[in-house]
Parts: sequence; structure tokens; C-alpha cells
Amino acid sequence: MKFLDQPPRFLFFTGKGGVGKTSIACATAIQLAESGKRVLLVSTDPASNVGQVFGITIGNHITTIPAVPRLAALEIDPQAAAQVYRDRIVGPVRGVLPEAVVQGIEEQLSGACTTEIAAFDEFTSLLTDSALLTDYDHIIFDTAPTGHTIRMLQLPGAWSNFLEEGKGDTSCLGPLAGLEKQREQYQAAVDALTDGSMTRLILVARAQQSTLREVARTREELAAIGLTHQYLVINGILPSTESTNDPLAAAIHEREQAALHAIPEALSALPRDYVTLKPFNMIGLDALRHLLADTPVGVKVAVEVPIELDEPRLSDLMDEIAADGHGLVMLMGKGGVGKTTLAAAIAVELARRGLPVHLTTSDPAAHLSETLEGALDNLTVSRIDPHTETERYRQHVLETKGAKLDTQGRALLEEDLRSPCTEEIAVFQGFSRIIREAGKKFVVMDTAPTGHTLLLIDATGAYHREVARQMSSNSILHYTTPMMQLQDSKQTKVLIVTLAETTPVLEAASLQADLRRAKIEPWAWIINNSVAATSVISPLLRSRAANELREINTVANQHAQRYAVVPLLKDEPVGVARLLELAAG
Amino acid sequence: MKSIQVFDPAMCCNTGVCGVDVDQQLVNFAVDVDWANQNGAQIQRFNLAQQPMDFANNVVVKGFLERSGQDALPLILVDGEFALAGRYPNRVELARWADITLPINEIKPASGSKCC
Repeated sequence: MKFLDQPPRFLFFTGKGGVGKTSIACATAIQLAESGKRVLLVSTDPASNVGQVFGITIGNHITTIPAVPRLAALEIDPQAAAQVYRDRIVGPVRGVLPEAVVQGIEEQLSGACTTEIAAFDEFTSLLTDSALLTDYDHIIFDTAPTGHTIRMLQLPGAWSNFLEEGKGDTSCLGPLAGLEKQREQYQAAVDALTDGSMTRLILVARAQQSTLREVARTREELAAIGLTHQYLVINGILPSTESTNDPLAAAIHEREQAALHAIPEALSALPRDYVTLKPFNMIGLDALRHLLADTPVGVKVAVEVPIELDEPRLSDLMDEIAADGHGLVMLMGKGGVGKTTLAAAIAVELARRGLPVHLTTSDPAAHLSETLEGALDNLTVSRIDPHTETERYRQHVLETKGAKLDTQGRALLEEDLRSPCTEEIAVFQGFSRIIREAGKKFVVMDTAPTGHTLLLIDATGAYHREVARQMSSNSILHYTTPMMQLQDSKQTKVLIVTLAETTPVLEAASLQADLRRAKIEPWAWIINNSVAATSVISPLLRSRAANELREINTVANQHAQRYAVVPLLKDEPVGVARLLELAAG
Repeated sequence: MKSIQVFDPAMCCNTGVCGVDVDQQLVNFAVDVDWANQNGAQIQRFNLAQQPMDFANNVVVKGFLERSGQDALPLILVDGEFALAGRYPNRVELARWADITLPINEIKPASGSKCC
């Protein structure tokens, strides 16, 4: 493995949920420790199974791993860290200020920024504590801070007031004001991160087009701020030997190879390693020792019989969706789970039934909207491109509101505009233009604001209404806010899309919790790309199918009020015919 | 020198970037505060989302929140006494409170008002 060659002190693994960062980080830690190095493994995975992997309880303090000499581990939960931070701010005023005020404060502190900054705060001591640096040769992180967080910390203007004084100008760095460390310490942490002799960044991806595109963006963003020492690991590659006699396995293999051939230019120059798909779960020392080994594993696959899955299909949900004749159908979930394809399939099926449908997609490749536009009576297609919307919003703000600011103020405003919230807000504007149509027809979308965005927007909306009321008492406006429309189950159905894998299911569950905070109850879950819902022969895929059953079970029994399982398809479902097939389940 | 205290509603940035639209009043006010401080004023801002204790510990502010709710913010106190609420002050008002002499071209009638 190239990424393991002469590793520096700090190793950061980054990549989206479900690509296997934590497993690779664990395997790396074991390998380095067994080669004689003293290693600290830091997991920030909310689904951290590091403890389970080594058969002990770890938690939020450094714990030595008895089974592996020289290895210690630490689990940080960024959500819990953010909660501790919120409690520190909100706790003292609970019961002192009115309850509505306390709730408003908590919502402001519930965004992605707060979690990111709180996680960075936890990292800081690990990167700068000299005692730790004497104790360990390597510190391995199964996640990396985002470009936004690091850029904020690099801006001199960002520090102007609140760390020293705790008051004055606020920005996305606001959360740091309540944290404990000093400016010098954050500075030292950023320096360590951007020093190639100290830090190596390992991008973890799957051999899938959309995932590779996303990783290419991460690569460029982090390189631009000085994290230039990057490696690429492509995980979970299906070996060609599995294709024999299995058309689905052959199609997957072909698709993966095609994605690798068309690898984005930004990634092609990076040192690259491949990790093949393994027929076993990454639990236990033995499994992890084999993960990075290139030698084929002679593990006997336990599943000899094909799985007969008897789970609800998408077609079971379609009748209920169609019954109302109109309404808003929103597919939500992390990138890469197949929201766009499923939205298209649902829209096409509704149109086939003669119902008027407007499909709105945020699909960056745009080929979906192109192939579908005009393809069916009753179906109109439009696009909300998150990047275009965000850029337009940014430019608008900078030109109008930023005109009077000095260089430093402008730099800070620009960085605030790169926060994760900004894209959500910008997309929300495109979104709210379209959802009004849902009173007369179906509006199907592959994007939706998070509960946090809705709560924030609703709060500012209330504020603006109040101002408007005071200014012109003769015009009392009747508002139906988007929030009210989304909360009404007669008007709106939210479908959560996920994969039958541990981390994606956990991510989907936290999305659901976020929506429930905004009093929006997801109507159904769709488990997409399920191998268990296909009939495969490949032993590797069969064992993967067996692993999916536990996750499907979790969704069915713990999370969803209704759900459907959609099989992994041999061909990309492009075009009306294939989308209809998908919807027919 | 009088002390001016501004109690902002809960927001994650002073520019209101995270709102549905960036509030021009907030951006203008940020610039005006900067101007007034450079001219010797003492203006402190408190963000409800980040310094709620400063709201809770001030009898006037706490009473205001209980009576009118957070939607009635911002609240501006001059030397601890109620000066303005529900909107941000303009440069003329800041100058008056801080005893800053405005150059004549800064004093303009508010747009829309007519003299006769």
C-alpha cells in the first residue's frame, strides 16, 4: 500500500459515509502497531465500532488495546461534543430566560457548523499536546476537518474579537468563542495539518462515478488550503473472478472499471491504492489484518443458498403515493444513495398513471433531466443546481450587502458564505419557488432542506413578519410558510433513501431525528441498491447480501413506519422504460 | 463616555448570512458600529445565541424578553437604560448617544420624509 509508505506522524482518512474509512483506519493502526510503532487511533464515527472490533469498551478517553501491543484508541462523538458545547452556553439560562428564547438559542447552535467546530476543538489538543506527541509515533484519524473549518481558522480577520474578548463580531467561528482553547493552539493545529512532513491525507472512495467526483472536489478544496500531501484509496473493488456465471457481478465489475477509467483528472495524479471487496465483516483483528493484504483470502463463504427476500417493494408504496392525486414527494438522504434515480422513477410512474407531475432534480450531471424532458405527457422536468444557486446567492450577497465592507470584513463575509448552511439556504430558495405547485399536481424532488434549515428559516421568517407587521399595521399578511406545508402529512410525503449498510443507515436515522425536531415525520424509507433483493451467484456478493439483512431489519423495526427495498440493478436505470421497471419493483 | 449595548436576536453570524436573506440592516449596522467605535464610541454587541448569560443577568433585558419575546429584539441600552427596540439604530442616533459630532453631509432627512 503506497499510503503506508513512510507515514508521517498524523494520518487523516476522509470520504463520505459508508466507503469504509473506519475499517481502513483500523487496519492501518494495527499494521503500524505490529511493525513496532506506538499508535493512537482516533475515531469520530458516530457508529464507531472500534471498541467492538477489538472487543473492549473505549469511549471518550485514551484506552490501550490489550490485543494489539503499542496500540491505543479514543472515540470522539462530534454530536456529543457539540451537545456539551450547547449545554455550556444554554445550561445557565435554562429556566432563567423564557422557554421559547432558550429553544431559539439551541436551534441556532444545532447546525453543521457547530458540530464541525466542536469536533475540531477536540482534535486540537491531539495535534498540539506535546506529551501525546512523545507517547505516540503516529496518530490516526478516521475523519478530517472540512475545508470551511480550516479556512475560517486561517483568516486573520476571523479572530478579531471574540476569542480574546468573547464579544463583538460574530461569524461562523462563533462557536469557538465558548470553547476552551486559545487562539495559538488552534493556529498550531492548523499549521500541523498543512505541514506535509507531519500530516498525510488519505482520500477513501469507492469505484463509483458520483463518489469519485465528490472526492475530487474534496481533494481540490483541501489542496487549496495547503493540505497537499494526499493519497487515494479505492475501497471495495469487486474482483473480476466473481463475474463468472453471474451477470449482476459482471455488470458491477464492468461499471467499476469504467468509473476507474474515467477517473477525474484531479485524482489521477495521486498515489493510488486498491482494496478489494472482502467476503466478511470488518469485525475482529483477523478480518482487519486481511483488509489491506493483497493475497486472496481463502475464507469459506458462509452463505451457500441464495437469499429469498420477502420485503415490500417500491410498487407497494406507489399506490398510496398516487392516491391523493397531488402533493409534494421529497426524497432525502446523503449523496450517492440514489435519490435522483428514485425521484425520477416515482415521477415517471405517476405520469404513466395519467397524473400531472413536476420532477425537480438537483442532479449535477443533468443527463436525467435531459433524457426525461418531453418524454411523457403529464411530466415536466426542471433542475435546481445547488452550485449555481449557491453561487448566485453568494454573488448577490457580496454585491449588495458586502459593498460597504473593508477588505477584512469582506473576506469574513465571503467565508461565512462558504459555510454548509449557505448552500442549504440557497437551495431552499429555489425549492420554495416550486413547492407551491404541489396543491394542484405532484411535485417530486430529489432534494429538501434539513430540519435545521427549516427551523432557522422559520425563525427568521417569524422575525420578518413581525417587523412587517409593525411597519405597516394595515396589511396583515397571511403566510403559509414552507415549513407548515412540509409538516402537513396530507400535503407532503418525505421518503428517506439509504443503503443497507451500517453507516448510511445511521446517517439516515440522524436525518430523521433532525426532521422530527422540525415536526416533520418521514412517511417511508427506501433501502436502495440492495444486493439481498437480487439473485446473485457470486459468493462475495452473497455474503454481502447476508450482511444487508441485519440493516434491513433495523430499518424495518426501529426506524421506518413503512419501507421498501429496491434491488441493485444490472444497468443504470436511464430512460423511461427502465425507470418504470424500477418503480414496478 | 456613554456606553451603548446592543442585544441582538439569536443568529449565527452578525451579517445574518444564515437567514433566508442577508438582512441589509444588519450589514449596514455592522458598518455603522465600526464607524462609531472608530470615533470613540463604546458599543458592545451581545448575540442571544452565544452570550445568553448577558441577557439573563441584565434586569432590563431579561424583563424585556419576558414581556415582548425574542422577536422584539434587537434592544439597545444607553448607559443601561432603554433607548430603542425592534430595529437597529442609524448613524445619526448612534452619534447622538455617543456624543459624536457628525459632519454636515452625514445629516440627511430619512428618505421618504417631506418637509412640508
